Amino acid sequence: MNLEYNIPPPPEQKVADPAKFRGIVMEGVSKSFGPKQVLKETDLLIHKGETLVVFGRSGEGKSVLLKHIVRLLEPDAGKIWVEGEEISEMEVSDLMEMRKQFGFLFQGAALFDSMNICKNVGLMLEEHSGWPMEKISARACEALALVGLMDSDDKLPSELSGGMKKRAGLARAIVMEPEYILYDEPTTGLDPITGDAINDLIIKLQKELGVTSIVVTHDMASAFKVADRMAMLSRGKIVFTGTVDEVRSTDHPMVRQFIEGNSQGPLGAF
Amino acid sequence: MEAFLTKIGAGILRGLTNAGHGTMLLRAIFLQTPHIWKMRREVLVQMHVVLVGSMPLVIVTSVFVGAVTAVQAVYQMQALVPMKFLGVMISKTVFIELGPVLMALVVGSRLCAFYAAELGTMKVTEQLDAMSIMAIDPVRYLAMPRFWAAVTMIPVVTIFADAVAILGGYTISVMTLDISAGVFIEGLQLFYKHSDILGGLIKAVVFGAIIALSGIFNGFNTQGGAEGVGHATMTAVVASCLSVLVADYFLAIILFQIIFQK
Ligand SMILES: Nc1ncnc2c1ncn2[C@@H]1O[C@H](COP(=O)(O)OP(=O)(O)O)[C@@H](O)[C@H]1O
Ligand SMILES: [Mg+2]
Repeated sequence: MNLEYNIPPPPEQKVADPAKFRGIVMEGVSKSFGPKQVLKETDLLIHKGETLVVFGRSGEGKSVLLKHIVRLLEPDAGKIWVEGEEISEMEVSDLMEMRKQFGFLFQGAALFDSMNICKNVGLMLEEHSGWPMEKISARACEALALVGLMDSDDKLPSELSGGMKKRAGLARAIVMEPEYILYDEPTTGLDPITGDAINDLIIKLQKELGVTSIVVTHDMASAFKVADRMAMLSRGKIVFTGTVDEVRSTDHPMVRQFIEGNSQGPLGAF
Repeated sequence: MEAFLTKIGAGILRGLTNAGHGTMLLRAIFLQTPHIWKMRREVLVQMHVVLVGSMPLVIVTSVFVGAVTAVQAVYQMQALVPMKFLGVMISKTVFIELGPVLMALVVGSRLCAFYAAELGTMKVTEQLDAMSIMAIDPVRYLAMPRFWAAVTMIPVVTIFADAVAILGGYTISVMTLDISAGVFIEGLQLFYKHSDILGGLIKAVVFGAIIALSGIFNGFNTQGGAEGVGHATMTAVVASCLSVLVADYFLAIILFQIIFQK
Protein backbone atom coordinates (compact mmCIF):
# COMPACT_ATOMS: atom_id res chain seq x y z
CA MET A 1 0.00 0.00 0.00
CA ASN A 2 2.91 2.33 0.68
CA LEU A 3 4.40 1.56 -2.71
CA GLU A 4 2.70 4.47 -4.38
CA TYR A 5 4.26 6.88 -1.89
CA ASN A 6 7.91 7.68 -1.89
CA ILE A 7 8.77 7.41 1.76
CA PRO A 8 12.36 8.29 2.65
CA PRO A 9 14.20 6.09 5.16
CA PRO A 10 14.02 7.10 8.81
CA PRO A 11 16.59 9.66 9.89
CA GLU A 12 19.90 8.43 11.27
CA GLN A 13 19.86 9.20 15.01
CA LYS A 14 22.77 7.33 16.49
CA VAL A 15 25.60 8.79 18.50
CA ALA A 16 29.01 7.18 18.65
CA ASP A 17 29.19 7.08 22.42
CA PRO A 18 25.87 7.55 24.24
CA ALA A 19 27.73 7.58 27.55
CA LYS A 20 29.32 10.90 26.57
CA PHE A 21 26.21 12.53 25.09
CA ARG A 22 24.81 15.52 26.97
CA GLY A 23 21.06 15.04 26.74
CA ILE A 24 18.93 11.98 26.20
CA VAL A 25 19.56 9.05 23.86
CA MET A 26 17.02 6.36 23.06
CA GLU A 27 18.49 3.50 21.10
CA GLY A 28 16.52 0.63 19.62
CA VAL A 29 13.70 0.89 22.16
CA SER A 30 10.95 -1.67 21.64
CA LYS A 31 7.82 -2.03 23.73
CA SER A 32 4.83 -4.30 23.39
CA PHE A 33 1.64 -4.57 25.38
CA GLY A 34 0.44 -8.12 24.92
CA PRO A 35 0.41 -8.82 21.19
CA LYS A 36 0.47 -5.14 20.30
CA GLN A 37 3.92 -3.73 19.55
CA VAL A 38 3.84 -0.01 20.22
CA LEU A 39 7.50 0.98 19.82
CA LYS A 40 9.67 -0.81 17.27
CA GLU A 41 13.38 -0.24 17.77
CA THR A 42 12.81 3.46 18.12
CA ASP A 43 15.85 5.76 18.08
CA LEU A 44 15.64 9.32 19.32
CA LEU A 45 18.09 12.02 20.39
CA ILE A 46 17.25 14.97 22.58
CA HIS A 47 19.96 17.58 22.82
CA LYS A 48 20.52 19.49 26.02
CA GLY A 49 18.69 22.81 26.02
CA GLU A 50 16.46 22.21 23.02
CA THR A 51 12.73 21.89 22.77
CA LEU A 52 11.86 18.78 20.83
CA VAL A 53 8.30 18.28 19.71
CA VAL A 54 7.21 14.70 19.11
CA PHE A 55 4.07 14.57 17.04
CA GLY A 56 2.00 11.81 15.57
CA ARG A 57 -1.49 10.45 15.53
CA SER A 58 -3.18 9.43 18.76
CA GLY A 59 -2.51 5.87 19.79
CA GLU A 60 0.89 5.82 18.08
CA GLY A 61 2.76 5.53 21.38
CA LYS A 62 3.80 9.10 22.14
CA SER A 63 2.86 8.83 25.80
CA VAL A 64 4.52 5.44 26.00
CA LEU A 65 7.70 6.93 24.54
CA LEU A 66 7.70 9.72 27.09
CA LYS A 67 7.22 7.34 30.00
CA HIS A 68 10.26 5.33 28.97
CA ILE A 69 12.52 8.33 29.46
CA VAL A 70 11.83 8.42 33.20
CA ARG A 71 11.58 4.63 33.52
CA LEU A 72 7.88 4.59 34.29
CA LEU A 73 7.86 1.90 31.63
CA GLU A 74 10.77 -0.40 30.95
CA PRO A 75 11.63 -1.27 27.35
CA ASP A 76 11.45 -4.88 26.15
CA ALA A 77 14.64 -4.17 24.22
CA GLY A 78 16.90 -1.20 23.70
CA LYS A 79 18.54 1.31 25.97
CA ILE A 80 18.03 4.85 27.18
CA TRP A 81 20.76 7.18 28.42
CA VAL A 82 20.12 10.36 30.36
CA GLU A 83 23.20 12.57 30.54
CA GLY A 84 25.40 9.60 29.80
CA GLU A 85 23.85 7.28 32.35
CA GLU A 86 22.01 4.19 31.22
CA ILE A 87 18.78 4.34 33.19
CA SER A 88 17.81 0.67 33.21
CA GLU A 89 20.96 -0.12 35.17
CA MET A 90 20.48 2.63 37.73
CA GLU A 91 20.01 1.81 41.40
CA VAL A 92 16.65 2.93 42.75
CA SER A 93 18.28 5.73 44.75
CA ASP A 94 20.08 7.06 41.66
CA LEU A 95 16.86 6.80 39.68
CA MET A 96 15.11 8.90 42.32
CA GLU A 97 17.87 11.50 42.13
CA MET A 98 17.56 11.55 38.35
CA ARG A 99 13.79 11.94 38.50
CA LYS A 100 14.15 15.04 40.65
CA GLN A 101 15.70 16.65 37.56
CA PHE A 102 12.53 15.93 35.60
CA GLY A 103 9.14 17.58 35.47
CA PHE A 104 6.41 15.50 33.89
CA LEU A 105 3.06 16.81 32.75
CA PHE A 106 0.70 13.85 32.36
CA GLN A 107 -1.82 13.75 29.57
CA GLY A 108 -4.62 13.52 32.15
CA ALA A 109 -2.82 15.82 34.62
CA ALA A 110 -2.77 13.03 37.29
CA LEU A 111 -3.32 15.45 40.17
CA PHE A 112 -3.60 13.85 43.61
CA ASP A 113 -7.32 14.13 44.17
CA SER A 114 -7.17 13.97 47.94
CA MET A 115 -5.02 17.12 48.10
CA ASN A 116 -5.86 20.67 47.14
CA ILE A 117 -4.03 22.35 44.27
CA CYS A 118 -1.53 24.17 46.46
CA LYS A 119 -0.56 20.94 48.23
CA ASN A 120 -0.33 19.12 44.90
CA VAL A 121 2.10 21.70 43.62
CA GLY A 122 4.06 21.99 46.85
CA LEU A 123 4.30 18.27 47.64
CA MET A 124 7.59 17.71 45.90
CA LEU A 125 9.16 20.65 47.71
CA GLU A 126 7.79 19.37 51.00
CA GLU A 127 9.43 16.03 50.35
CA HIS A 128 12.74 17.10 48.91
CA SER A 129 13.62 20.72 49.63
CA GLY A 130 13.70 20.82 53.42
CA TRP A 131 12.32 24.36 53.21
CA PRO A 132 9.95 25.80 55.83
CA MET A 133 6.25 25.64 54.99
CA GLU A 134 5.88 29.38 54.28
CA LYS A 135 8.61 29.28 51.69
CA ILE A 136 7.08 26.19 50.11
CA SER A 137 3.63 27.70 49.79
CA ALA A 138 5.10 30.93 48.46
CA ARG A 139 6.95 28.97 45.79
CA ALA A 140 3.84 26.90 45.01
CA CYS A 141 1.78 30.07 44.61
CA GLU A 142 4.45 31.48 42.33
CA ALA A 143 4.24 28.39 40.12
CA LEU A 144 0.44 28.59 40.11
CA ALA A 145 0.61 32.25 39.12
CA LEU A 146 2.76 31.29 36.13
CA VAL A 147 -0.10 29.16 34.81
CA GLY A 148 -2.80 31.65 35.82
CA LEU A 149 -4.26 29.69 38.69
CA MET A 150 -3.42 31.85 41.70
CA ASP A 151 -7.08 32.10 42.73
CA SER A 152 -7.71 28.37 42.75
CA ASP A 153 -4.97 27.21 45.10
CA ASP A 154 -7.35 25.93 47.78
CA LYS A 155 -9.57 24.01 45.39
CA LEU A 156 -9.57 20.25 45.04
CA PRO A 157 -8.79 18.81 41.60
CA SER A 158 -12.40 17.61 41.29
CA GLU A 159 -13.50 21.24 41.43
CA LEU A 160 -11.43 22.27 38.40
CA SER A 161 -12.18 22.09 34.70
CA GLY A 162 -10.05 19.89 32.46
CA GLY A 163 -7.95 22.79 31.24
CA MET A 164 -7.38 24.06 34.76
CA LYS A 165 -6.26 20.60 35.85
CA LYS A 166 -3.79 20.55 32.99
CA ARG A 167 -2.39 23.89 34.08
CA ALA A 168 -2.19 22.79 37.72
CA GLY A 169 -0.33 19.70 36.53
CA LEU A 170 2.04 21.97 34.66
CA ALA A 171 2.62 24.10 37.76
CA ARG A 172 3.43 20.90 39.66
CA ALA A 173 5.86 19.82 36.95
CA ILE A 174 7.84 23.06 37.01
CA VAL A 175 7.83 23.86 40.72
CA MET A 176 11.22 22.27 41.39
CA GLU A 177 12.77 24.10 38.43
CA PRO A 178 13.76 20.84 36.75
CA GLU A 179 16.34 20.62 33.99
CA TYR A 180 14.08 18.50 31.83
CA ILE A 181 10.36 18.91 31.35
CA LEU A 182 8.29 16.32 29.55
CA TYR A 183 4.96 17.67 28.38
CA ASP A 184 2.29 15.20 27.33
CA GLU A 185 -0.14 17.21 25.21
CA PRO A 186 0.17 20.47 27.17
CA THR A 187 -2.37 22.40 25.12
CA THR A 188 -4.97 19.71 24.45
CA GLY A 189 -8.28 20.67 26.00
CA LEU A 190 -7.32 24.30 26.55
CA ASP A 191 -9.01 27.22 24.86
CA PRO A 192 -6.81 28.83 22.17
CA ILE A 193 -5.83 31.79 24.32
CA THR A 194 -4.84 29.75 27.36
CA GLY A 195 -3.15 27.30 25.02
CA ASP A 196 -1.01 30.06 23.59
CA ALA A 197 -0.16 31.30 27.08
CA ILE A 198 1.12 27.80 27.81
CA ASN A 199 3.19 27.92 24.61
CA ASP A 200 4.71 31.17 25.83
CA LEU A 201 5.44 29.60 29.18
CA ILE A 202 7.20 26.63 27.56
CA ILE A 203 9.35 29.04 25.55
CA LYS A 204 10.02 31.21 28.58
CA LEU A 205 11.17 28.25 30.68
CA GLN A 206 13.57 27.26 27.95
CA LYS A 207 14.95 30.75 27.42
CA GLU A 208 15.22 31.79 31.07
CA LEU A 209 16.06 28.57 32.84
CA GLY A 210 17.67 26.66 30.00
CA VAL A 211 15.19 23.83 30.36
CA THR A 212 15.35 20.92 27.94
CA SER A 213 11.82 20.06 26.86
CA ILE A 214 10.11 17.24 25.08
CA VAL A 215 6.64 18.21 24.00
CA VAL A 216 4.27 15.52 22.81
CA THR A 217 1.39 17.01 20.90
CA HIS A 218 -0.77 16.87 17.84
CA ASP A 219 -1.63 20.55 18.07
CA MET A 220 0.52 21.70 15.16
CA ALA A 221 0.10 25.42 15.83
CA SER A 222 1.57 24.89 19.26
CA ALA A 223 4.23 22.58 17.87
CA PHE A 224 5.46 25.10 15.30
CA LYS A 225 5.55 27.82 17.93
CA VAL A 226 7.54 26.07 20.66
CA ALA A 227 9.76 23.66 18.74
CA ASP A 228 13.44 23.90 17.98
CA ARG A 229 13.27 20.52 16.37
CA MET A 230 10.42 18.18 15.58
CA ALA A 231 10.15 14.42 15.26
CA MET A 232 7.28 12.43 13.86
CA LEU A 233 6.33 9.11 15.41
CA SER A 234 4.47 6.68 13.22
CA ARG A 235 3.96 2.93 13.53
CA GLY A 236 6.44 2.66 16.35
CA LYS A 237 9.27 4.51 14.64
CA ILE A 238 10.56 8.04 14.37
CA VAL A 239 9.99 8.55 10.64
CA PHE A 240 11.18 12.13 10.32
CA THR A 241 13.13 14.72 12.26
CA GLY A 242 13.85 18.30 11.34
CA THR A 243 13.57 21.93 12.29
CA VAL A 244 10.28 23.77 12.10
CA ASP A 245 11.17 25.09 8.65
CA GLU A 246 12.19 21.67 7.45
CA VAL A 247 8.89 20.24 8.63
CA ARG A 248 6.95 22.99 6.93
CA SER A 249 8.76 22.55 3.65
CA THR A 250 9.38 18.79 3.54
CA ASP A 251 7.73 16.65 0.94
CA HIS A 252 7.87 13.57 3.18
CA PRO A 253 4.42 12.19 2.43
CA MET A 254 3.58 11.16 6.00
CA VAL A 255 4.52 14.53 7.45
CA ARG A 256 2.66 16.34 4.70
CA GLN A 257 -0.45 14.28 5.27
CA PHE A 258 -0.29 14.93 9.00
CA ILE A 259 0.23 18.69 8.91
CA GLU A 260 -2.35 19.11 6.20
CA GLY A 261 -4.79 16.98 8.15
CA ASN A 262 -5.56 14.94 5.06
CA SER A 263 -7.46 11.66 5.37
CA GLN A 264 -5.85 10.47 2.11
CA GLY A 265 -2.22 9.46 2.30
CA PRO A 266 0.32 6.92 3.46
CA LEU A 267 -0.90 7.02 7.05
CA GLY A 268 -4.40 5.91 6.07
CA ALA A 269 -7.47 7.29 7.78
CA PHE A 270 -8.07 4.72 10.49
CA MET B 1 -11.73 -32.23 32.66
CA GLU B 2 -8.30 -31.29 31.47
CA ALA B 3 -9.40 -27.70 30.96
CA PHE B 4 -10.81 -27.71 34.46
CA LEU B 5 -7.53 -28.96 35.93
CA THR B 6 -5.59 -26.41 33.91
CA LYS B 7 -7.84 -23.72 35.33
CA ILE B 8 -7.29 -24.88 38.88
CA GLY B 9 -3.55 -25.11 38.27
CA ALA B 10 -3.46 -21.60 36.85
CA GLY B 11 -5.47 -20.36 39.81
CA ILE B 12 -3.09 -21.93 42.32
CA LEU B 13 -0.12 -20.57 40.42
CA ARG B 14 -1.60 -17.08 40.38
CA GLY B 15 -2.35 -17.34 44.08
CA LEU B 16 1.23 -18.32 44.83
CA THR B 17 2.67 -15.59 42.61
CA ASN B 18 0.46 -13.04 44.32
CA ALA B 19 1.50 -14.36 47.71
CA GLY B 20 5.11 -13.93 46.61
CA HIS B 21 4.52 -10.38 45.41
CA GLY B 22 2.53 -9.67 48.57
CA THR B 23 5.52 -10.75 50.63
CA MET B 24 7.71 -8.39 48.61
CA LEU B 25 5.27 -5.57 49.34
CA LEU B 26 5.41 -6.45 53.03
CA ARG B 27 9.19 -6.32 52.90
CA ALA B 28 9.12 -2.94 51.16
CA ILE B 29 6.73 -1.65 53.82
CA PHE B 30 9.08 -2.77 56.59
CA LEU B 31 12.02 -1.15 54.81
CA GLN B 32 10.12 2.15 54.69
CA THR B 33 8.95 1.94 58.30
CA PRO B 34 11.90 3.96 59.69
CA HIS B 35 10.29 6.97 57.95
CA ILE B 36 7.12 6.57 59.97
CA TRP B 37 7.77 9.63 62.12
CA LYS B 38 7.94 11.82 59.04
CA MET B 39 4.65 10.33 57.85
CA ARG B 40 2.95 10.64 61.23
CA ARG B 41 0.19 12.90 59.99
CA GLU B 42 -0.82 10.45 57.29
CA VAL B 43 -0.65 7.59 59.81
CA LEU B 44 -3.01 9.50 62.12
CA VAL B 45 -5.38 10.26 59.26
CA GLN B 46 -5.48 6.58 58.36
CA MET B 47 -5.97 5.53 61.99
CA HIS B 48 -8.88 7.90 62.11
CA VAL B 49 -10.34 6.19 59.03
CA VAL B 50 -10.18 2.78 60.72
CA LEU B 51 -11.42 3.89 64.11
CA VAL B 52 -13.97 6.61 63.88
CA GLY B 53 -15.65 5.69 60.63
CA SER B 54 -16.21 2.09 61.71
CA MET B 55 -17.79 2.79 65.09
CA PRO B 56 -21.48 2.46 64.16
CA LEU B 57 -20.69 -0.76 62.32
CA VAL B 58 -18.66 -2.09 65.25
CA ILE B 59 -21.30 -1.26 67.83
CA VAL B 60 -24.23 -2.75 65.95
CA THR B 61 -22.31 -5.88 65.01
CA SER B 62 -20.97 -6.44 68.52
CA VAL B 63 -24.20 -5.83 70.43
CA PHE B 64 -25.98 -8.40 68.33
CA VAL B 65 -23.09 -10.86 68.39
CA GLY B 66 -23.10 -10.70 72.21
CA ALA B 67 -26.86 -11.01 72.32
CA VAL B 68 -27.11 -13.95 69.98
CA THR B 69 -24.26 -15.74 71.73
CA ALA B 70 -26.17 -15.43 75.00
CA VAL B 71 -29.43 -16.67 73.52
CA GLN B 72 -27.79 -19.62 71.79
CA ALA B 73 -25.71 -20.51 74.83
CA VAL B 74 -28.74 -20.52 77.11
CA TYR B 75 -30.59 -22.73 74.64
CA GLN B 76 -27.74 -25.23 74.46
CA MET B 77 -27.04 -25.24 78.17
CA GLN B 78 -30.69 -25.73 79.26
CA ALA B 79 -30.85 -28.05 82.21
CA LEU B 80 -27.46 -29.57 81.36
CA VAL B 81 -25.01 -26.91 82.44
CA PRO B 82 -25.52 -24.54 85.35
CA MET B 83 -26.16 -20.95 84.29
CA LYS B 84 -23.10 -19.73 86.16
CA PHE B 85 -21.12 -20.97 83.16
CA LEU B 86 -22.98 -18.64 80.81
CA GLY B 87 -20.62 -15.73 81.38
CA VAL B 88 -17.53 -17.78 80.77
CA MET B 89 -18.96 -19.26 77.59
CA ILE B 90 -19.81 -15.87 76.19
CA SER B 91 -16.56 -14.22 77.17
CA LYS B 92 -14.34 -16.99 75.84
CA THR B 93 -16.05 -17.26 72.47
CA VAL B 94 -16.07 -13.49 72.11
CA PHE B 95 -12.46 -12.86 73.18
CA ILE B 96 -10.86 -15.74 71.36
CA GLU B 97 -12.94 -16.17 68.26
CA LEU B 98 -15.93 -14.00 67.52
CA GLY B 99 -14.43 -10.62 68.38
CA PRO B 100 -11.27 -10.84 66.27
CA VAL B 101 -12.75 -12.82 63.40
CA LEU B 102 -15.96 -10.88 62.99
CA MET B 103 -14.17 -7.56 63.23
CA ALA B 104 -11.67 -8.75 60.63
CA LEU B 105 -14.53 -9.75 58.36
CA VAL B 106 -16.80 -6.76 58.92
CA VAL B 107 -14.52 -3.81 59.68
CA GLY B 108 -11.75 -5.50 57.71
CA SER B 109 -13.79 -5.75 54.52
CA ARG B 110 -14.81 -2.16 54.84
CA LEU B 111 -11.21 -1.07 55.21
CA CYS B 112 -9.83 -3.44 52.60
CA ALA B 113 -12.36 -2.21 50.03
CA PHE B 114 -11.49 1.37 50.88
CA TYR B 115 -7.76 0.81 50.42
CA ALA B 116 -8.15 -1.14 47.19
CA ALA B 117 -10.59 1.30 45.60
CA GLU B 118 -8.66 4.40 46.63
CA LEU B 119 -5.25 3.13 45.59
CA GLY B 120 -6.67 1.42 42.50
CA THR B 121 -8.19 4.69 41.33
CA MET B 122 -4.87 6.40 41.94
CA LYS B 123 -3.20 3.71 39.85
CA VAL B 124 -5.52 3.93 36.86
CA THR B 125 -5.50 7.75 36.84
CA GLU B 126 -1.68 7.72 36.85
CA GLN B 127 -1.45 9.34 40.28
CA LEU B 128 0.89 6.57 41.43
CA ASP B 129 3.06 7.17 38.38
CA ALA B 130 3.02 10.88 39.12
CA MET B 131 4.17 10.15 42.64
CA SER B 132 7.07 7.97 41.45
CA ILE B 133 8.11 10.64 38.98
CA MET B 134 8.23 13.12 41.81
CA ALA B 135 10.73 10.78 43.48
CA ILE B 136 8.19 10.00 46.20
CA ASP B 137 7.95 6.28 46.89
CA PRO B 138 4.26 5.23 46.92
CA VAL B 139 5.14 2.47 49.38
CA ARG B 140 6.46 4.99 51.86
CA TYR B 141 3.85 7.64 51.22
CA LEU B 142 0.73 5.50 50.82
CA ALA B 143 1.25 1.85 51.75
CA MET B 144 3.29 2.15 54.93
CA PRO B 145 0.94 4.52 56.83
CA ARG B 146 -2.11 2.47 55.82
CA PHE B 147 -0.48 -0.77 56.86
CA TRP B 148 0.49 0.41 60.33
CA ALA B 149 -2.83 2.12 60.85
CA ALA B 150 -4.60 -1.18 60.18
CA VAL B 151 -2.17 -3.27 62.23
CA THR B 152 -2.55 -1.04 65.28
CA MET B 153 -6.18 -0.02 65.04
CA ILE B 154 -7.84 -3.33 64.14
CA PRO B 155 -6.82 -4.69 67.59
CA VAL B 156 -8.15 -1.52 69.23
CA VAL B 157 -11.44 -1.95 67.40
CA THR B 158 -11.45 -5.61 68.46
CA ILE B 159 -11.01 -4.78 72.16
CA PHE B 160 -13.80 -2.28 71.95
CA ALA B 161 -15.97 -4.80 70.11
CA ASP B 162 -15.22 -7.46 72.76
CA ALA B 163 -16.41 -5.09 75.48
CA VAL B 164 -19.56 -4.12 73.62
CA ALA B 165 -20.36 -7.75 72.84
CA ILE B 166 -20.00 -8.81 76.49
CA LEU B 167 -22.19 -5.89 77.45
CA GLY B 168 -24.73 -6.96 74.84
CA GLY B 169 -24.68 -10.52 76.15
CA TYR B 170 -25.05 -9.29 79.70
CA THR B 171 -27.98 -7.03 78.88
CA ILE B 172 -29.87 -9.71 76.99
CA SER B 173 -29.18 -12.34 79.66
CA VAL B 174 -30.31 -10.17 82.52
CA MET B 175 -33.26 -8.56 80.80
CA THR B 176 -34.78 -11.37 78.78
CA LEU B 177 -33.24 -14.68 79.83
CA ASP B 178 -33.88 -14.60 83.56
CA ILE B 179 -30.22 -14.73 84.52
CA SER B 180 -29.28 -12.64 87.52
CA ALA B 181 -26.56 -10.04 87.15
CA GLY B 182 -24.52 -11.66 89.93
CA VAL B 183 -24.51 -15.07 88.28
CA PHE B 184 -23.49 -13.62 84.92
CA ILE B 185 -20.62 -11.57 86.36
CA GLU B 186 -19.41 -14.43 88.50
CA GLY B 187 -19.40 -16.56 85.36
CA LEU B 188 -17.31 -13.98 83.51
CA GLN B 189 -14.53 -14.33 86.07
CA LEU B 190 -14.79 -18.07 86.41
CA PHE B 191 -12.12 -19.42 84.10
CA TYR B 192 -10.83 -16.08 82.90
CA LYS B 193 -7.26 -16.15 81.59
CA HIS B 194 -5.22 -13.21 80.32
CA SER B 195 -4.15 -15.41 77.46
CA ASP B 196 -7.71 -15.37 76.09
CA ILE B 197 -7.62 -11.64 75.51
CA LEU B 198 -3.98 -11.70 74.50
CA GLY B 199 -4.57 -14.50 72.00
CA GLY B 200 -7.49 -12.61 70.51
CA LEU B 201 -5.32 -9.51 70.20
CA ILE B 202 -2.50 -11.37 68.49
CA LYS B 203 -5.06 -12.67 66.03
CA ALA B 204 -6.33 -9.14 65.46
CA VAL B 205 -2.80 -7.87 64.74
CA VAL B 206 -2.24 -10.58 62.14
CA PHE B 207 -5.68 -9.99 60.63
CA GLY B 208 -4.95 -6.26 60.44
CA ALA B 209 -1.81 -7.01 58.45
CA ILE B 210 -3.69 -9.37 56.12
CA ILE B 211 -6.46 -6.85 55.52
CA ALA B 212 -4.07 -3.99 54.80
CA LEU B 213 -1.82 -6.04 52.54
CA SER B 214 -4.70 -7.38 50.50
CA GLY B 215 -6.22 -3.93 50.00
CA ILE B 216 -2.94 -2.20 49.21
CA PHE B 217 -1.59 -4.97 46.99
CA ASN B 218 -4.72 -5.23 44.87
CA GLY B 219 -5.00 -1.45 44.69
CA PHE B 220 -1.41 -1.01 43.53
CA ASN B 221 -1.84 -3.71 40.89
CA THR B 222 -5.09 -2.47 39.42
CA GLN B 223 -5.27 -2.61 35.62
CA GLY B 224 -7.69 -0.82 33.33
CA GLY B 225 -10.36 1.72 34.17
CA ALA B 226 -13.43 1.78 36.40
CA GLU B 227 -14.03 -1.91 35.81
CA GLY B 228 -10.47 -2.63 36.86
CA VAL B 229 -11.00 -0.75 40.13
CA GLY B 230 -14.20 -2.71 40.75
CA HIS B 231 -12.42 -5.94 40.07
CA ALA B 232 -9.46 -5.06 42.28
CA THR B 233 -11.78 -4.13 45.14
CA MET B 234 -13.73 -7.36 44.84
CA THR B 235 -10.57 -9.47 44.69
CA ALA B 236 -9.09 -7.62 47.65
CA VAL B 237 -12.11 -8.24 49.88
CA VAL B 238 -12.48 -11.89 48.92
CA ALA B 239 -8.76 -12.55 49.38
CA SER B 240 -8.77 -10.74 52.72
CA CYS B 241 -11.77 -12.68 54.08
CA LEU B 242 -10.47 -16.05 52.95
CA SER B 243 -6.98 -15.39 54.26
CA VAL B 244 -8.38 -14.27 57.61
CA LEU B 245 -10.36 -17.51 58.00
CA VAL B 246 -7.44 -19.69 57.01
CA ALA B 247 -5.03 -17.74 59.21
CA ASP B 248 -7.52 -18.03 62.07
CA TYR B 249 -7.24 -21.81 61.97
CA PHE B 250 -3.45 -21.80 62.02
CA LEU B 251 -3.32 -19.13 64.71
CA ALA B 252 -5.69 -21.19 66.83
CA ILE B 253 -3.28 -24.10 66.63
CA ILE B 254 -0.17 -22.03 67.22
CA LEU B 255 -1.61 -19.94 70.03
CA PHE B 256 -3.89 -22.26 71.94
CA GLN B 257 -2.35 -25.65 71.28
CA ILE B 258 1.30 -24.66 71.49
CA ILE B 259 2.11 -21.30 73.04
CA PHE B 260 -0.55 -20.86 75.71
CA GLN B 261 -0.74 -24.57 76.45
CA LYS B 262 2.41 -24.61 78.54
N1 LIG C 1 -0.36 0.33 30.16
C1 LIG C 1 -0.77 -0.08 28.95
N2 LIG C 1 -1.27 -1.32 28.78
C2 LIG C 1 -1.66 -1.75 27.58
N3 LIG C 1 -1.62 -1.01 26.47
C3 LIG C 1 -1.15 0.24 26.56
C4 LIG C 1 -0.70 0.77 27.80
N4 LIG C 1 -0.27 2.03 27.59
C5 LIG C 1 -0.45 2.27 26.27
N5 LIG C 1 -0.97 1.20 25.64
C6 LIG C 1 -1.27 1.10 24.21
O1 LIG C 1 -0.20 1.66 23.51
C7 LIG C 1 -0.66 2.41 22.41
C8 LIG C 1 -0.07 3.79 22.44
O2 LIG C 1 -0.62 4.51 23.51
P1 LIG C 1 -0.21 6.02 23.82
O3 LIG C 1 1.25 6.10 24.02
O4 LIG C 1 -1.06 6.45 24.96
O5 LIG C 1 -0.63 6.78 22.50
P2 LIG C 1 -0.52 8.34 22.23
O6 LIG C 1 0.41 8.47 21.07
O7 LIG C 1 -1.89 8.77 21.86
O8 LIG C 1 -0.03 9.00 23.46
C9 LIG C 1 -2.16 2.41 22.48
O9 LIG C 1 -2.63 1.52 21.50
C10 LIG C 1 -2.49 1.90 23.84
O10 LIG C 1 -3.61 1.08 23.78
MG1 LIG D 1 -0.87 10.16 24.74
